[in-house]
Amino acid sequence: MRSVRIENVSKQFGQVYGVNDLNLEIKAGEFFTFLGPSGCGKTTTLRMIAGFYYPTKGKILFDDRDVTRLQPNKRNIGMVFQNYALFPHMTVDENIAFGLQVRKFSKSEIMHKVDRIRGQVHLAAYGNRKINELSGGQQQRVALARALVIEPDILLLDEPLSNLDAKLREETRIEIKRIQSELGVTTIYVTHDQMEAMAMSDRIMVMENGYIKQIGTPQEIYNQPVDRFVANFIGETNLIEGTIQAINSEDVQVRTVNGHMITGRKQQSSPAVTHMIGDKVFISIRPESIHLGAGDNTLTGKITFVEFTGISVNYIVDFTAFSLKVMIINSYDQIKKIGDDITINIAHDSLYFLGE
Amino acid sequence: MEKQSVNASEESAWTRIFHSNWFVYVLISPLFLVLFAYVVYPFYQTFIQSFAGDEAFFHYKKFFDIASPANLEALWTSVYISIISVICCAIVGVTMAFLLERYNFPGRRILSILVLVPMALPPLVGVLSFSFLYGDSGIFPRIFQHLFGLDHVPFSLKGIWGVIVVHTFTMYTYFYLTASAAIKGLDPALEEAATSLGAGRIRVWTKVILPMLTPSIVASSLLVFMISMASYTAPLMFGVERTMTMQIYLSRTNGNLEMAATQSMILSFVSITFLIIMRWYQNRRNYQNLSKGISVHRSEVTSKKIKIVATISSFIGTLILLLPILVLLLISFSVDGAWKTQILPTDYTMDHYIALFTDERTWRPIWNSIQMGVVATIGNIIFGVAAAYAMVRLNFKGKTLLDILIMVPWALPGTVVAVNLIAAFSTESIFSFNQVLIGTFWILPLAYFIRHLPLVFRSTSASLVQLDQSIEEASRGLGANWWYTFRRIVVPLTFTGILAGTLLALVQSFGEFVASILIYSTSTIPLSVAIFQKLYAFKFGTACAYGVLQICLILVVLIISEKLSKGSAGTAI
Repeated sequence: MRSVRIENVSKQFGQVYGVNDLNLEIKAGEFFTFLGPSGCGKTTTLRMIAGFYYPTKGKILFDDRDVTRLQPNKRNIGMVFQNYALFPHMTVDENIAFGLQVRKFSKSEIMHKVDRIRGQVHLAAYGNRKINELSGGQQQRVALARALVIEPDILLLDEPLSNLDAKLREETRIEIKRIQSELGVTTIYVTHDQMEAMAMSDRIMVMENGYIKQIGTPQEIYNQPVDRFVANFIGETNLIEGTIQAINSEDVQVRTVNGHMITGRKQQSSPAVTHMIGDKVFISIRPESIHLGAGDNTLTGKITFVEFTGISVNYIVDFTAFSLKVMIINSYDQIKKIGDDITINIAHDSLYFLGE
Repeated sequence: MEKQSVNASEESAWTRIFHSNWFVYVLISPLFLVLFAYVVYPFYQTFIQSFAGDEAFFHYKKFFDIASPANLEALWTSVYISIISVICCAIVGVTMAFLLERYNFPGRRILSILVLVPMALPPLVGVLSFSFLYGDSGIFPRIFQHLFGLDHVPFSLKGIWGVIVVHTFTMYTYFYLTASAAIKGLDPALEEAATSLGAGRIRVWTKVILPMLTPSIVASSLLVFMISMASYTAPLMFGVERTMTMQIYLSRTNGNLEMAATQSMILSFVSITFLIIMRWYQNRRNYQNLSKGISVHRSEVTSKKIKIVATISSFIGTLILLLPILVLLLISFSVDGAWKTQILPTDYTMDHYIALFTDERTWRPIWNSIQMGVVATIGNIIFGVAAAYAMVRLNFKGKTLLDILIMVPWALPGTVVAVNLIAAFSTESIFSFNQVLIGTFWILPLAYFIRHLPLVFRSTSASLVQLDQSIEEASRGLGANWWYTFRRIVVPLTFTGILAGTLLALVQSFGEFVASILIYSTSTIPLSVAIFQKLYAFKFGTACAYGVLQICLILVVLIISEKLSKGSAGTAI
């Protein structure tokens, strides 16, 4: 269990920056996620921590030890690859034992450790199977066991769930989280799936184009996104443009393009918002924070789209200059139809203001 | 705490060396050194030699001199033979592929196995059996002579047409293999689609099937042309002196080394041009057909008449394919010197086979070839695998150069490789540790090494390309160093590829004739040269027994490779 510190790290591929001036500290035992669209630099960062790439500039430290240019086999990391990278010419047990053999454990110790970890990932009866005789989910668990059995200082997971089907993905997600918290190993998880990131992580780093956008707990990132990119990338949101009309010590009043007045809390603003009258801002409204009927910020519009998902009824409501996605938890009420008028309200506390 | 920091600085000193951008060049420099010493340098020496003489371009002028047109004639004959060979091979190979892949007829199964027999014939042995069968004093011409009571044989295989027939027999397999692979990959739905759109059988053929086969036909054509240009054994045995390879051989035996060098340069130019065209074509070639798991439907031959014709033709085909091997077997049991004008040999004996392993004089060439083949193959494994790994996994400038340096000897005719080695190593040089290599044991292993390096290189790099890099990374991540990873992960997973190339290289070295005949030393005569000498001493029995031995070896290798490729298909993910 070690902490990871990344100091001013940049990685260039030819003229292109994969990662640009990254600064980051991951605490010992933490479940930390790199989240972002493909090409944002998350995998590059992970591979630098693993030692498969060396940074063009900057330093990487495990605790206080500089590992920037240390070879990957000297770092004591456990890595799970997107395609698992299991050794196809070995059995399940041989795969798991590989790292222990490298570390020159005795035969009996290896057997003992392999048996134990195999039980932990629920593959007790599969020790002699060939890799191609396993299902995708089982292969995934072998990869995890192989990475964990060496008791790594840091566990690195590179989109480990992306090759599984939806149902299995959720099961495995819970499984990984369970094993991780049992062992307490520092874990770095790379994904482009924000749901996964939210569900598993202690903290998340959102990246775009090689830069860090925001680091925070899932709640912070969801409720207080730093900008429009993060707000859009994490969950669904409605972004409405407007200008600040009035400010007092607590509230901000914003006028939208077609004259609707929307009020929210002053403290519910990203740092980029300067709170000057006449400034342009964006209001982020999560679909699930909109409720039916009159209340704070009451609006009336026309329904242009209806979708029933079981958990909820989703509407798109038109307000002439903008439209809002609205999500109403299914309460066995009558579902409205396209063309119907609908009145909604948005609580002052649930709005969030973003800068340009 | 202090100790740790000392450690860290030590580590960084080492890692600075390992991970500097220059370290990779330290790793690959032995490869370049070897290729430079034994490919570039000999080639360069030939180049220099071809310009020897008082007058600039003296030998080149002589080559292209209209007044004494022997050389130009040879160039033309080589090209002419090659073009006809390509056409004949294409017709036979593609037709066979279609018949065997698309139709079901009596005898199809046996024919589809035997169709690859020509691949099991070493070049010299193949030509040998053809002259026994169809040559001037061959079995078939004599059958007709006796049948009709003629004074002379009514026909026989000789001259240019003899060469072409042998080329067709031995090289149609290149067309057959690529065409049948292409036909297997042809989605029948495409034909069905064309038919459903109203196309007739001919239109389907000309507009759908043939265009889809074009890439494989063009690639095979280039290959067969190159091999025909380099062909030496067939012209030698059928007495066609006016081909490029024969001219080089004659110049060399007449001691006119400058002319041999000039002729080599011109032949190399043709070969390398074709190599470049082939490379270019393969790179721009796209595999349009990506449908998977196609079950090819074979049409059953139903009409009775056609069925009879098919049966008879497949019987004849089987016979033609098997006869060369059967005749070798037969003659290997015949008493030397007893076969004169009869159709078949009259007296038979086991002596030749017994002598192979008991008589020191007949065993010697076998042992020589084993030794030289093994030495060359060990070199091939070390450098072929290293070069393949460097090409596929390392990042360095000069990759294309490395690729070219390895592939050029593959394109160069064996005759040219021999002339290059003569030019470079008939005097002392630093690359031969100040020894004259010509006339020693080492010159032939060197020639085999150069000629067969591409075989190991290509089969290894093909399996390395398929090996997912993250598997190596996984091993590194688990704490294994590079060497451990290479031993326990890379080698086991690419083993079949390495072994296939190695076995092929070994077999080819064991039977190599074209370069050997020019540079062998009398103290270490290789097997192929011994066959040739026995033939000219009319010891047909021993020559054929040697040939049968070679064929057995090749069959063993083919069976092992087949087994291996099946075994690996079972375990691959």
